Amino acid sequence: MNDLAAPAQAQPVTATGVRTKIEVRNLDFYYNRFHALKSISMDIPERKVTAIIGPSGCGKSTLLRVFNRIYAMYPKLRAEGSVALDGENVLDPGYSMNRLRTKVGMVFQKPVPFPMTIYENVAYGIRHHERLKRRQMDERVEEALHQAALWDEVKDKLKQSALGLSGGQQQRLCIARGIALRPEVLLLDEPTSALDPIATSRIEQLVEELKKTYTIVIVTHNMQQAARVSDYTAFMYMGELIEFGNAEKIFTKPDKKQTEDYITGRFG
Amino acid sequence: MTASSTKPATRDTDRRSRRDARHDALFRRVLLFCALLVLAALLGAALSTLWGGREVLLKDGFNFLTRSDWNPVTDTYGALAPIFGTLVTAIIAIVLAVPVSFGIALFLTEIAPSWMRGPVATAIELLAAIPSIIYGMWGLFVFVPFMSTVEPYLSSTLGKLPVVGALFQGPPLGLGILTAGIVLAVMILPFIASVMREVFRTVPARLKESAYALGSTTWEVVWDIVLPYTRSAVIGGIFLGLGRALGETMAVTFVLGNSYNITSSLLMPGTSIASSIANEFNEAVGLHRSALIALGFLLFVVTFVVLLIARLMLRRLERREGS
Repeated sequence: MNDLAAPAQAQPVTATGVRTKIEVRNLDFYYNRFHALKSISMDIPERKVTAIIGPSGCGKSTLLRVFNRIYAMYPKLRAEGSVALDGENVLDPGYSMNRLRTKVGMVFQKPVPFPMTIYENVAYGIRHHERLKRRQMDERVEEALHQAALWDEVKDKLKQSALGLSGGQQQRLCIARGIALRPEVLLLDEPTSALDPIATSRIEQLVEELKKTYTIVIVTHNMQQAARVSDYTAFMYMGELIEFGNAEKIFTKPDKKQTEDYITGRFG
Repeated sequence: MTASSTKPATRDTDRRSRRDARHDALFRRVLLFCALLVLAALLGAALSTLWGGREVLLKDGFNFLTRSDWNPVTDTYGALAPIFGTLVTAIIAIVLAVPVSFGIALFLTEIAPSWMRGPVATAIELLAAIPSIIYGMWGLFVFVPFMSTVEPYLSSTLGKLPVVGALFQGPPLGLGILTAGIVLAVMILPFIASVMREVFRTVPARLKESAYALGSTTWEVVWDIVLPYTRSAVIGGIFLGLGRALGETMAVTFVLGNSYNITSSLLMPGTSIASSIANEFNEAVGLHRSALIALGFLLFVVTFVVLLIARLMLRRLERREGS
């Protein structure tokens, strides 16, 4: 009964009884004519780390990009079904994009600091949503950098360009930028694939720390990483959600043969 | 056996590497030559116009720059009116062309549906290929009559305003500085727009996505991310257009009116450096001819100063960003 991959008819049950943060029901996604996600249903638990794994092109990043509707900036992409954040369908055109993006932060594969100072990078997002006095803004920026475990390294050079930071620092800056908005959900799209092992382990520790406050969904290529950081793991293949459940169970005793083949490295 | 087989091989790589070094050196020299050619052409043109203008420059010195009357009958020549006309028409052109180019480039890179992007971009580049004489004729036969019907309205509306009012006074001739500026704007627009479009396309999608993911609107993404990222190239494109506007001859000659006036009103006719030369060079002899060549030299100086200011502005901007 660990299976959180909800069949369309049955109500999914979570073994631990944690609250569901994002409820995905019958989600289909199309790139032009290509059917990229096929009737995905899953419940993403609150304040846990949910990892999505699967071979390249299986749709895991696409799924993540539906959660904050970032796909909407491109023409000809279409999502059908429902993605309910705290019970409200974010795919509903009436759901304010602004509200969605304050609730759901996203960090991308490659670190993408904006071409401005470190301070401005973090303050940038906050300015879109709140008017703060200088003092308050300073506090918010510091808090975000602390949470992203970057403060000690950058506190003396906040006014310098963010482009001068190392790759790992830049990625933590991007995380700081995301959490500065105080979102509820943090989407991480292969956040360590461009980083060296040391920077990667720092980010993983950070994820461990952040899940106390945020619901985290992480897409990763790296199965060891998924096993290390995630509480729940979803395995996707060819646009379908094959299996979703407790990370421990997925990695030790998966129900489906495909999942087992993938995690033991027989394909993918 | 091993010795005999490795020895020719090493000799071979030796020969290969010597040949490579030779080729590289040659290649570098050819490139250097190309670069020097540009400098030589520029220097040659500047010096020969300076030489050609020596008569009037030696006779009048700095007065040539500061005097505004230009009279071949009395052989008095002052370059102020052409310099004024050149700068003012170019500024009008930039003021009008930059925002429109910006809009075109943004629309094509950020908003337009994909089927529309290619054709419109090609159309803009075609606009750049129209010869300036065509713009001049269009200006004279189509746009000037149009402007002469519009100008009374400009005088009676904008002309009534306190400060800018002075810019819109005078008879509705149709010809004049404003008309020339607008025609120039149409001419330089394709250059600026296509440079902007090219550089906007170089902004990584993930950078824009990150900004959208923080809740930015399209305008904010453009203003805060796309523009700073492409700033130096955008300014480069604008100055490419400005350079063209400063030196444009035929179209301006047709619609500018060619009178050596310095007026506060944009509706009055004026002259520019290039159009003065084009108009008078045929009949000019002696000091008159020398004055026209000296004007050509001044165009060099004006363009150089403008580009220099652009460089300095860019440098200051970069320093302020802390990069």
